[in-house]
Amino acid sequence: MRIALFVTCLADGLFPGVGRATVRLLERLGHEVAFPQAQTCCGQMHTNTGYLREALPLVRRYVDVFEDCAVVVVPSGSCTGSVRHQHAMVARRFGDEALARRAEAVAARTFELSELLVDVLGVEDVGAYYPHRVTYHPTCHSLRLLRAGDRPLRLLRKVAGIDLVELPDAEVCCGFGGTFAVKNGAVSTAMLADKMRSVLATGAEVCTAGDSSCLMHIGGGLSRLNAGTATVHLAEILASTRDPR
Amino acid sequence: MTTFLGMPYAPRGVGHLRGDEPFPVAARAALADTQLRRNLGKATRTIRAKRAAVVAELPDWEELRAAGQAIKQHTLAHLDHYLEQLESRVREHGGTVHWARDANEANRIMTGLVRATGADEVVKVKSIVTDEIGLNEALAGAGITAHETDLAELIVQLGHDRPSHILVPAIHRNRAEIREIFLREMPGVDPGLTDTPAALAEAARRHLRRRFLSARVGISGANFAIAETGTLCVVESEGNGRMCLTLPGTLITVMGIEKVIPSWRDLEVFLQLLPRSSTGERMNPYTSLWTGVTPGDGPQRFHLVLLDNGRTAALADPVGRQALHCIRCSACLNACPVYERAGGHAYGSVYPGPIGAVLSPQLTGVEDNASLPYASSLCGACFDACPVRIDIPSLLVHLRARHVEEAARGRRLPTAEAVAMAAASWVMASPRRYAAAQRTGRAGRALGRGGRIRRLPPPLSAWTAARDAPAPPAQTFREWWQREHGGADGSAG
Repeated sequence: MRIALFVTCLADGLFPGVGRATVRLLERLGHEVAFPQAQTCCGQMHTNTGYLREALPLVRRYVDVFEDCAVVVVPSGSCTGSVRHQHAMVARRFGDEALARRAEAVAARTFELSELLVDVLGVEDVGAYYPHRVTYHPTCHSLRLLRAGDRPLRLLRKVAGIDLVELPDAEVCCGFGGTFAVKNGAVSTAMLADKMRSVLATGAEVCTAGDSSCLMHIGGGLSRLNAGTATVHLAEILASTRDPR
Repeated sequence: MTTFLGMPYAPRGVGHLRGDEPFPVAARAALADTQLRRNLGKATRTIRAKRAAVVAELPDWEELRAAGQAIKQHTLAHLDHYLEQLESRVREHGGTVHWARDANEANRIMTGLVRATGADEVVKVKSIVTDEIGLNEALAGAGITAHETDLAELIVQLGHDRPSHILVPAIHRNRAEIREIFLREMPGVDPGLTDTPAALAEAARRHLRRRFLSARVGISGANFAIAETGTLCVVESEGNGRMCLTLPGTLITVMGIEKVIPSWRDLEVFLQLLPRSSTGERMNPYTSLWTGVTPGDGPQRFHLVLLDNGRTAALADPVGRQALHCIRCSACLNACPVYERAGGHAYGSVYPGPIGAVLSPQLTGVEDNASLPYASSLCGACFDACPVRIDIPSLLVHLRARHVEEAARGRRLPTAEAVAMAAASWVMASPRRYAAAQRTGRAGRALGRGGRIRRLPPPLSAWTAARDAPAPPAQTFREWWQREHGGADGSAG
């Protein structure tokens, strides 16, 4: 299958390994990956901070760039959620019904990575090898916007060598919330403290999730404390094999 | 884009819908209160577990939620009809109906009604709406003492405190603190009072019995008002409400206009949704229903005050109006990780938590509660918990957009944030500008050590105050792709 990658602005600029891992994983599974280079950002930060007028050109760009793609994969539950639940709303708010309909059509073909693997490609065992103790944080938008359920866990359970341990209070938000982390830094940090307590209680070496943004938050806290637990994106675990590349 | 002009908001200077400080400032103080953090964590965790257990018992819970939502949508779409029907039925059954445009008008009406009885004290239950309008202060100004009779409201009143939760107004207090308040403030209390729940409840019971037996006027809120028969409904756990509603000769009930429901069949839906969502019980212990005045039984004078106080302004917003569906169960508060840590006082309004963050700004105008729509990480736990399916996260985003738009209209120079957002939008609208910005951003590598940045300038300093930031990588994904695939979009396969 030919799959278009929407890498997200965060992974593109700060976590390129997540994009490379997504490409490596899908190619290993026998698929062809395209990276439309005119892509930029889904506009979620603008939308969620109240700047809908500023989000509108980004919605239009996403639709223009991915409209002709049969399937789009996004290594982010949050950006997928924005495409699926906000793009048409933003277009309608400014009276652009035509754009809203086009946005809905593209959104229906846009999938978060674990959704793509399990629902579209029908695979759970991706042939990965990752010999580490790992705990999984389900991220709010994967959980409650996409209803991704246990798809990421089903993928992780099939990874060879992994020691997967359950995260206590997994469904509680880590406190990132986009600009919330800055506008309400104190509450955000209080939420982060509790999330880190849960992560550290597992004794895991790695905390994983399907969103670079939440991982940047949890990882930024763990790094500040020199806690000895790293954050690694789901795509990077699933892309790992015995063959070190 | 619709604008919402003309409908009056809840007036300033009366009642408790506006805080003294923006949410982030008030929250910071609350976060440092270790006792509060423990009390809230324990209480919300307990209620969440109870709710989850009783909700799981009902196979048709999702259908019930959808029914509750549909009934509220229908009622609000025909609110004028159902309010007038309610008014005529209450009048037919011997009650008097008053329409109050706002807090000041409602307070004036109710103070006048109490004065006319000659009473100088009243007993109260279901008091949140009277807290909204500051009724106790208005009564005090007229020389009338109000006695709260809901146990938690009593604790709040005796502690000279404010409610911090819709259903459990004293959730921020633990039993040791409650014992101290009783010993200090309750006349004639046993000085050997212990902090066991039974001892505290018995002390409150003795204290309240005297009030119930002497009070000539009761004042209540309402959970529902059934238009087809003019029947009012109050649900509660203690029985103190039943006393307030039946013992005094005069009963004054004040309710927001959104509390009306069309019929008894609709009540059936809400009486399943409400107790499971609020206290985590299958059924609440006391459900009081009354229709006007019944000769020789209960209050012989009944007044119903229908309160607007900004509700029509909320109704005028086609997106925002669903906040008026709220049945005040407080499941969203208990589910909210922000509320659990910051507590109710940080919201500055009698309506705290996620629902408060979307309701209070609509009642007061967004300008007066501008920090509340941002007091959420948009995690969505509130929407999942809401028994009438209010899409609180989408409402929060909508109100943020309203705030940004209204603020832009109201000032000549844009804020630094607005400039940054516009610049980011301009950059990201073009892949060429975007790639150039990424190259510029790579200068940030100089700030990093070992791949992490410890300190960033404002406003990002709020991030690095407690978290490291990743240093930009040597190569963006885009650059890697171009190196691997040249200018082509497709992969080599």
